[in-house]
Amino acid sequence: MIWLLERIFGRIPLGWLQLVNRKGRFVSAVIGVGFAVTLVLFQLGFIGALSGSVTLPYQSMRADIILSGPDARTLTDGTAIPRQRVYEALSVPNVDSASPIFIGTARHEVPNGRDASFRVFGVDPTTMADFWSPEIAAFAPVLEITRTGVIDRASRSIPAEFLHNIGVGHPKLLDLNGIATGLIGSFEIGAGFDADGYIFVSLRTFFQIFPEQSNATPAHVFVRIEEGADVTTVAAQIAQQFDPKETLTRTLEAAIEDEVRVQTVEAPIGIIFGFGALMGVFVGSVIVYQVLSTEVTDHIKEYATLKAVGYRNRFFSGVILEQAAILGLAGFVPGALLANMLYGMISGATGLPMVMDRDRLAFVLFGTLLACGLSGLMAARRLSSAQPAELY
Amino acid sequence: MGQAIESDGLNYAFGKGDARAQVLFDINLRIEPGEVVVLKGASGSGKTTLLTILACLRAMQGGKAHVLGYDLSDIDDAARIEVRRRLGFIFQAHNLHDALTAMQNVRMGLELHGREAMRNWHDPVLHLLKVLGLDDRATYKPRNLSGGQKQRVAIARALIASPELVFADEPTAALDAESSRRVIEVLQRLGRERGTTSVIVTHDQSVINMASRVLTLSHGCIVSDISQTVPSAEGHLKGTAA
Repeated sequence: MIWLLERIFGRIPLGWLQLVNRKGRFVSAVIGVGFAVTLVLFQLGFIGALSGSVTLPYQSMRADIILSGPDARTLTDGTAIPRQRVYEALSVPNVDSASPIFIGTARHEVPNGRDASFRVFGVDPTTMADFWSPEIAAFAPVLEITRTGVIDRASRSIPAEFLHNIGVGHPKLLDLNGIATGLIGSFEIGAGFDADGYIFVSLRTFFQIFPEQSNATPAHVFVRIEEGADVTTVAAQIAQQFDPKETLTRTLEAAIEDEVRVQTVEAPIGIIFGFGALMGVFVGSVIVYQVLSTEVTDHIKEYATLKAVGYRNRFFSGVILEQAAILGLAGFVPGALLANMLYGMISGATGLPMVMDRDRLAFVLFGTLLACGLSGLMAARRLSSAQPAELY
Repeated sequence: MGQAIESDGLNYAFGKGDARAQVLFDINLRIEPGEVVVLKGASGSGKTTLLTILACLRAMQGGKAHVLGYDLSDIDDAARIEVRRRLGFIFQAHNLHDALTAMQNVRMGLELHGREAMRNWHDPVLHLLKVLGLDDRATYKPRNLSGGQKQRVAIARALIASPELVFADEPTAALDAESSRRVIEVLQRLGRERGTTSVIVTHDQSVINMASRVLTLSHGCIVSDISQTVPSAEGHLKGTAA
């Protein structure tokens, strides 16, 4: 290790040797930085899972344009819009089809006493093929049967054996808002933070589960454009049809961007996770600063001696930055491994898409080295108190 | 060859206003290359202050001083570092890096002189440690060395780059008589063979006896300046780098 560092720095690796000379302090510092890295990765993992989970249902959508209430920022908020938007959209050139989408959250009491909540999409089976993935659209004919639905097999709170052998001939009954619904098939989307899973039903079944909702005001209207038409142009043409104070017209991509932004940056849950990540950065920086400034204080006379013989300030900054980088790297590795382990545990327990990706690792590594470096430079300022004249 | 050290009317005071206390008065000094000069005097006589000014560790206030040709009354930071790199410092406290071995500590005195000085650094470092009786302690860290051994490592660090001028403050305070004699012999040999000048603050009579010149300070003034014949040391100091 010393040989390698000598080759890298072109000098005695003083920073490394000083760090490992006090093993107890070094191990404590590495544990501290590792903990901070785990905390940051953990929070970023949640933000990633949040961002990933809110986009999951969009991945099954085949709509090109979404019409929503003017205050809609996500799939589930915003004022419902008049159903006549379907027909108004269909009057725009290059629009191939349009269909209303109703969304509600249904509760189901599971045997262990805990309530599960499902996001229920009320869709028109006759147009499902235009707006949903083939896996979901394949159930369109059987959804015509009243009080039937298809369920997300990645749902939380639903045991795997419940979904075993599920099919048209073997419907499984699920109580949704007190309405027994026969589940006759499954698809996969995945659980989110605010719902345990997704269920698709026909419009007729939807209004039995949610009698308080009006069939005249869907949550959104999905629009599909003709092959070869430009989605931005058509979206602009549709938008011209409506008063923006009454109807919001967005492409599917724009709706996804809004959803991610709102959930991860503006919604309380995203802010909490973001704040948690910042706390990790702060904790790690404080630990590194404390360790390095103690190192500087402990060796102030030795540094003053080197100053006396002609070492320049950049040498001392280099030694401190060397220590900062070593602490950052040494803390990052165990911190990242622990975070990866926790991702697996949480993903298994909650069904949330907690996945460690290389970009996040690289970002956190860069952030760790940057935070350690800045802490190191702050600690290095104490070196100005190393006065060689005081040595005599 | 010019003077190693030259000062005219050197004055220095600590504090300001009513708290101002002058510690050096009109110091006029000429020290030739190769001299081993002892500065002695009672505590508070100003010898350490004079040493730190001449060693470029303290800014000048009044008068003139030249060290190795540099005018200390008009010197910028870059030139100050340049001068310091040509000097050797031996402090009363060893100030060794506790994480480095004796050999690595000595090497620190060489590294700042660049890659050229570092080429084949191993042999000169080991040789100097051997001269100072520490070759069997080269791989020891300071915590495993006695006080005298640590001080000798610090001396080796000061001498490894073959300084033109060595400033030492009580360098033998932690050493036994034999080690003290060895250290002073090394300084004598450096003076004789390479023209290295040594300025030593000490109360140690054995060191004073071996110096070529003894300056006595009292209340900030040089009150005596005596040259003396020095017993010749045998052997040669070889192999120090640069």
